Amino acid sequence: MVVHLQERPERLDRILGALADPTRRDILARVLQREESVSALAERYPMSFAAVQRHVAVLERAGLVTKESRGRERLVRGQLETTRAVNRLLDQYEEIWRGRIARMDALLDEPTRGDR
Amino acid sequence: MPIVSTDKNAEALSLTVVAEYAAPPERVWQLWVDARQIEQWWGPPYWPATFEKHDVTVGGESRYYLSGPDGEKPRAWWRFVTVEEPTLLEFEHGFSDESGTPNHDMPPTHGRVEIAVVDGRTRMTATTRFASVEQMEHMLTMGMAEGTVAAIGQIDELLTR
Repeated sequence: MVVHLQERPERLDRILGALADPTRRDILARVLQREESVSALAERYPMSFAAVQRHVAVLERAGLVTKESRGRERLVRGQLETTRAVNRLLDQYEEIWRGRIARMDALLDEPTRGDR
Repeated sequence: MPIVSTDKNAEALSLTVVAEYAAPPERVWQLWVDARQIEQWWGPPYWPATFEKHDVTVGGESRYYLSGPDGEKPRAWWRFVTVEEPTLLEFEHGFSDESGTPNHDMPPTHGRVEIAVVDGRTRMTATTRFASVEQMEHMLTMGMAEGTVAAIGQIDELLTR
């Protein structure tokens, strides 16, 4: 798993925080191999279901795993580097578009060529 | 800010931005189809765009370049696929070489702009769909400074208010 240093600082903090715990590293290693339900994961560790759920939530906030409902199960899947890279790129495009929308708005506010 | 929502889809490699304006659809349409107007918003403040050609007809093409602060001049092209004034514009978007010749080695990005009246306001939905991750990266290197510089531009705007 590669952590890119050009990640935004807050995201980098979340990733490093999520990886700082051995249980979370173990969960991540498992779900990168294959998806697992929260209940199947909970059975693997000597802690409550709720505690495992909280660990999964921390990994999810860091963008390292995603959760998906299938029937009654909540499936946890590791996010591969490529998916995270795509999200990073999309974030940058979003910034570009926010700039464009603001500039369009400024132009529309100008009373140009008597159309206002 | 007139932004209503943004939607990023990593699987589809697409970004959708929805914005609302008080100006009528025809006026928003002009921002896209008038070369002198699109030049004022497409590129970020320190990377202004110059549209040498902007033929907004089905099959028509655009040629433009950005002028970077260090004299860089990355070039790109558009080809219009759908032109339904003033509600729908679809185009392909790719890079050109230094002489302005379109580079067709890489599949183009697809752009779609929908303009509609919703509750008395003009709603613009702009979708960018990339063909590959490589292309997304390349597009960003074309204006790598764009994201940062766009943010600076917004700060400038706030300061002058």
